Amino acid sequence: MHRQSDKLLEVENLHVSFTTHGGEVHAVRGVSFDIRNGETFAVVGESGCGKSVTSLAVMGLIPKPHGKIIDGSIRFKGKELTTASPRALRKIQGVNMSMIFQDPMTALNPTLTIGSQLTEGIIHQKKGSRKDAYQKAIEMLQMVGLSNADQRMKQYPYQFSGGMRQRIVIAMALICEPDLIIADEPTTALDVTIQVQILELFDYIQKKTGVAMIMITHDLGVVAKCADRVAVMYAGKIVETGSKRDIFYHAKHPYTQALLNAIVRIDLPSDTLKPIEGAPPDLFAPPEGCAFCERCPFAMEVCQRVQPPTTAAGENHAVACWFLDKRADTIRHQVEIL
Amino acid sequence: MLRFIARRFFAMILTLWVIATLTFLLMHAIPGSPFNNLNGKVLSDAAVRNLETHYHIDKPLPIQYLIYLKSIATFTYGPSIKQPSQTVNDLLGRGFPVSFELGMWSLAVAVVSGVVLGIFAALKHNGFIDYLAMTIAVLGISIPNFVLATLLIQEFAVNLRLLPAGTWQGFAYMIMPVVALATGPMAIIARLIRSSMLEVLTQDYIRTAQAKGLSPFLIVTKHALKNALLPVVTVLGTLAASILTGTFVIEKIFAIPGMGKYFVDSINSRDYPVIMGTTMFYSALLIFMLFLVDIAYGWLDPRIKMGKEGD
Repeated sequence: MHRQSDKLLEVENLHVSFTTHGGEVHAVRGVSFDIRNGETFAVVGESGCGKSVTSLAVMGLIPKPHGKIIDGSIRFKGKELTTASPRALRKIQGVNMSMIFQDPMTALNPTLTIGSQLTEGIIHQKKGSRKDAYQKAIEMLQMVGLSNADQRMKQYPYQFSGGMRQRIVIAMALICEPDLIIADEPTTALDVTIQVQILELFDYIQKKTGVAMIMITHDLGVVAKCADRVAVMYAGKIVETGSKRDIFYHAKHPYTQALLNAIVRIDLPSDTLKPIEGAPPDLFAPPEGCAFCERCPFAMEVCQRVQPPTTAAGENHAVACWFLDKRADTIRHQVEIL
Repeated sequence: MLRFIARRFFAMILTLWVIATLTFLLMHAIPGSPFNNLNGKVLSDAAVRNLETHYHIDKPLPIQYLIYLKSIATFTYGPSIKQPSQTVNDLLGRGFPVSFELGMWSLAVAVVSGVVLGIFAALKHNGFIDYLAMTIAVLGISIPNFVLATLLIQEFAVNLRLLPAGTWQGFAYMIMPVVALATGPMAIIARLIRSSMLEVLTQDYIRTAQAKGLSPFLIVTKHALKNALLPVVTVLGTLAASILTGTFVIEKIFAIPGMGKYFVDSINSRDYPVIMGTTMFYSALLIFMLFLVDIAYGWLDPRIKMGKEGD
């Protein structure tokens, strides 16, 4: 699947925290990953695990002054972004990498026409002429599957359905021909039937343009459909990364296994849901040891006291769990599915 | 759109009729007659009777009411009772341009400075500029325009001798009356813009615009302002009204030869035609302003469709 092997984006030991009335929330606690040209990298995890914050940090959109990148580095095509000036960041935003947000109902400005919102990237960022921008916008609308593009340009967001709006948002993200698209739960707010259409559209776009993609989601179905590689996040950390095959068939981390176990299978005769008991830890006071140990059925004494190191479990497969340590007993593969 | 305008026009006529009727009733509910003391002279009974016949005041009220409606419908209010050499239309033609100039300048200054102040306050939320702007706003709302006007005269005309204290002869003469009139509405607009701007800036579509790498200036002017202006447009009608009525007091303080003088004097002296003419004229103007506000809504927010409110 990897078209090229050079690294487009390198995130290293990223720490992000937010100052709130209740104190400081350490939302992302040392996340590292990299994205190669043209691949789809899925970030999975439950709500509040820091996956959206990670994507906002990469885009340079951490809301100031409450949010702050306190440590780590983000390099895009070798250029360091954490220390870049706002002006330098803006040159990259929307042009080299762009973002698709979760809710298409609120992501578009209700008082501006679709055309004006589509073309502004080209006009203001790439200094293209209005005519070129208009042509390009029509082209994009056609690519994302909107008919009557000419007429659509003059319409306002309220005149479109949710699925159509998400297509427009996607067209908007693509219009400056970026190398990387970050999609933050792009299908969560949509009907199931529309979800499939949008995912197929992503597939089509990637084949056509070769754009790399970070897909933030909590839906393992979405991961199965479109990811090349997967990172599983828990409480602000990546607990397991690997190829789609590694994660779905050879999951090593108890959390990943529990997530896979929790998938509702209508083709199996089981009539009970298998939730993960308990709740994620409070990130106002992050745990000393492994964040998952409270909910982990296999937790050992060391898990509570020392954070597990990231251990290689295969060529591209890495797991942050004490069971991967040579001294620990190998845990049984708990996933009976797939 | 055409249907909307037609319907609004009908409603405007209806509103004017209600105002006309109320004015008529109030006008005749005030005790006294215009001829009690005409320009300082005490008139004989016969002369008063003659005058009353001339101005139809001797007829029963319902008849007077019909005559009154007819003169409104035909825009012929006739001559003023106190200054018979001038018709009401003459007075309006002379006084209104001055009042209009004062009112429009005040409104323009209030809107522009209020919007700018509000935006800066919102962008520097909880910063020094925010507190400064909001202090100005609270002062502006709390100080009545006639107090501000006298303070301005005391300071800039009497103490510093920088500006002329009164009359209406050019730009320098306009500064103090306009400032006095515009400060209150400016303060209201600034507070509104600040709060609606703060809300708009947290919206998802602002983050979308940021993700496109647009400059902060463009995000505020293109993406945020249009959305933040809606609440201001809502109060613009009422603000226009308060500025228009405010001009009466301010004109008196600065000795400006506008409509206000005739308006107040006419009520004191029961000059029926002038009361009628000025009231109807100002009502029509105000109703027209409110109509413009509705049109502006449709322009600012495409979701508000004209002429489909019944659907």
